[in-house]
Amino acid sequence: MSNETVQDYVVAHGRAKSFYERFERKDELQHQTHFCPGCGHGTVHKMLARVIDELGIQDRTILVGPVGCGVFTYYYFDVGNISAAHGRAPAVATAVKRSRPGSIVIGYQGDGDLSAIGSAEILHAANRGEHVSLIFINNAVYSMTGGQAAPTTLLGQKTTTTPFGRSAANEGYPMHVCELLATLDAPVYIERVGLGDNRQAMQASRAIRRAIENQVNGLGFSLIEVLAPCPTIWKKTPVEAQRWVRDEMEKVYPLGVYCDRTKARMEAGLTQPAVAPTLDQLPGILGVAEADLPEGNAAALVADKPVDLQVRVAGFGGQGVLLLGEVLAEAGLDAGLDVSWLPSYGPEMRSGTSNCHVRLSRKPIDSPLVAAPNLLVAMNEPSLRKFDRAVRDGGWVIYDGDEFPADCVREGLHTFAAPFTRIADELGNKRAANMVMLGSLLEIASVLPEASVAAALHRMVKNPRWMELDERAIARGRELYRASLKEMVSA
Amino acid sequence: MRKQLMKGNEAIVKSAILAGCRAFYGYPITPASEIAEAAALYMPQTGGVYVQAESEVASINMLYGAASAGVRAMTASSGPGISLMQEGISYMAGAELPCVIADIMRGGPGLGNIGAEQGDYHQVVKGGGHGNYRTIVLAPHSVQEMADLTSLAFDLADRYRNPVVVLADGFIGQMMEPVEFPQAATAPHLPPWAVAGTAASRRNLITSLELDFDRMEKLQLKLEAKYKAAAERETRAEEWQTADADIVLVGYGIMGRILKAVTTEARAAGLKVGVLRPITLYPFPEAALQRLAKTARLFAVVEMSNGQMVEDVKLALNGSRPVEFYSRVGGNVPSQAEVLKFVYELARREGLAKGAARPVAEEERMAHV
Repeated sequence: MSNETVQDYVVAHGRAKSFYERFERKDELQHQTHFCPGCGHGTVHKMLARVIDELGIQDRTILVGPVGCGVFTYYYFDVGNISAAHGRAPAVATAVKRSRPGSIVIGYQGDGDLSAIGSAEILHAANRGEHVSLIFINNAVYSMTGGQAAPTTLLGQKTTTTPFGRSAANEGYPMHVCELLATLDAPVYIERVGLGDNRQAMQASRAIRRAIENQVNGLGFSLIEVLAPCPTIWKKTPVEAQRWVRDEMEKVYPLGVYCDRTKARMEAGLTQPAVAPTLDQLPGILGVAEADLPEGNAAALVADKPVDLQVRVAGFGGQGVLLLGEVLAEAGLDAGLDVSWLPSYGPEMRSGTSNCHVRLSRKPIDSPLVAAPNLLVAMNEPSLRKFDRAVRDGGWVIYDGDEFPADCVREGLHTFAAPFTRIADELGNKRAANMVMLGSLLEIASVLPEASVAAALHRMVKNPRWMELDERAIARGRELYRASLKEMVSA
Repeated sequence: MRKQLMKGNEAIVKSAILAGCRAFYGYPITPASEIAEAAALYMPQTGGVYVQAESEVASINMLYGAASAGVRAMTASSGPGISLMQEGISYMAGAELPCVIADIMRGGPGLGNIGAEQGDYHQVVKGGGHGNYRTIVLAPHSVQEMADLTSLAFDLADRYRNPVVVLADGFIGQMMEPVEFPQAATAPHLPPWAVAGTAASRRNLITSLELDFDRMEKLQLKLEAKYKAAAERETRAEEWQTADADIVLVGYGIMGRILKAVTTEARAAGLKVGVLRPITLYPFPEAALQRLAKTARLFAVVEMSNGQMVEDVKLALNGSRPVEFYSRVGGNVPSQAEVLKFVYELARREGLAKGAARPVAEEERMAHV
């Protein structure tokens, strides 16, 4: 019927510029791909390369390849190539795009990769609205590994791991990725296309272009699912396989646009990235610029007096145990001492017990753990009974209570008990009991300059009302101890 | 120079940013969460990226992406999260990608607890992922070292194109000590091998896949050569009063601090004790141990694990000296007094001491919380 020969056809589409001229990263047959005849990957590769050419983004493009038959994207695409672990391409693509916002990041995944092992990564990349474009090849099987079942395998479809056909009872139902992702608020564009015939292929090409264009335009997440033939695993001829996509797969996976927020996002406009600070601004931003740090009051420290405070502070959570220790450590640092503060830490719950280890020393501190304190601040009786026997001989216990429990008294143990919580309550708030106890501690230890304590308090307590109360509380704690000394002398 | 009081976990982040780190991907877990919190606060202010990932699996793969794009990137976690990251760590080692991972160890296998332990030594130092690879492992024992070794970690990661782990325990992460930072920040730089979305980097490829057996063998030999070079150049340990020590105590992280206190008390009682504290756990300070074996009578390893680092000490000494072991686990810490008692028992056995150590009060054999 026709006299035309092959030579008479004009080659409308030559090799895309974004493909390597020769596939030198391939070991053999460098003039052709590794894909089987009739495979959907080759078709999609070609569509993708053409879009990269058309949009003029070859230099900017970074392809994040999968594990599976699509793993060798870097054999073919003359763009930046990163191969990800199985299923992790969306996580990898997330970070590439975030750090190189000027690049065009395209993830390429199969159905085992994306819908099974990588189901968490795709879901969350989509939900964060990452500014990446994802091509999702769905051929209803694991092809590279030899034809095992995928979440996308059709009911009744025989694979090497569903030898009797996929059953809903054993393997569940085919997973609808586009429909799932379309329930999220962030994605810009989600479409399912097919390679079942030429009309479908034309639409697939347009959809892929759209997904990449969205990224070029600075819009967010786009995903194109492509129903693709796999003649080899399906044990069909290329033509039969193509027909199976159209006749069988499409019934389970309807083609169409599942989400399109392109217009709304265009209208919303683009957010401008924040300008990064200069290097010399960084120490200031991080709060570690030396110029911003206080001078300290080391000069006010009594010279030659040995300092080796090994303090354990213990009480209930919420009593300000850790803050007491922190103010003490800050004051020690301000006075030029070596210090350490170590909290008991736990699930972030209130009303458990809490304690911390604090050391202040003229010499470098070896262990920050205080197993045998020379000063114990016990803010309740259980804390006293937990730690009192560990206090060194000659050490002190400061205890919140009317009287020090008689059975805890032992030779060589100095004790100072007072109703600190009640006293704090009289001062205005019982939560300042920790600072009243700190006042007594400072008076007993009598090493830290008052200026250092004041400086530490200013750094730690930002609320002026608390500041005022805490200052009074510390002063009251000092008085309490001094008064007890006078009582002892007069007695 | 003025120092400031800071938590170890916070010092890590500040040091990382000053070292040019501009990406943090992580997932919260006690006792490492302050690292993610500080990164969330400071990364956006300093031109960096912070993303809370959906899992540690995603975190480490985000690191893979950031590193591929040539950005200094880090994450932080604790044992259970590090287990999940092992896949990605293997991929990064295979693809020769640098990154820094902070592991703030907690207690027990499984969910365990949040007490401080040193049970991640095997999974981190020996490499918990698949295949022939190593991670360089740094073990800070103070807040200052949390800062300094984090900075070093980024340099080593870049120099060897390999993941580097800062392995600390809950104590080092949670405690506050005075710390100072360099005042000059390191500028981020783009490595020539990175895939950065530019014309110059277009032909670059990041992958750990190599189908050809010979080329895969060559790659692995190249990795081995890198690790050997690192062992020659980067091994670090602190020696403390070891010159005349009969008994050398070996411990890392918080144990190093406790062993110093033990040494002071033992020396006051006339026992010649010293401390070898590995700072790099991989490469392991084998040469330092072998040198000390010429003068010391015996080595005593103290760990908060069931005996993990002690294997490396034994390998290094290769039977030349006795190696003894003491540990507490589950969130408990060997106290100064109980380690001292252990050391005394060894000393008596060796005829080095006559008396007994001071008695240990039950309260001193303390659980941390």
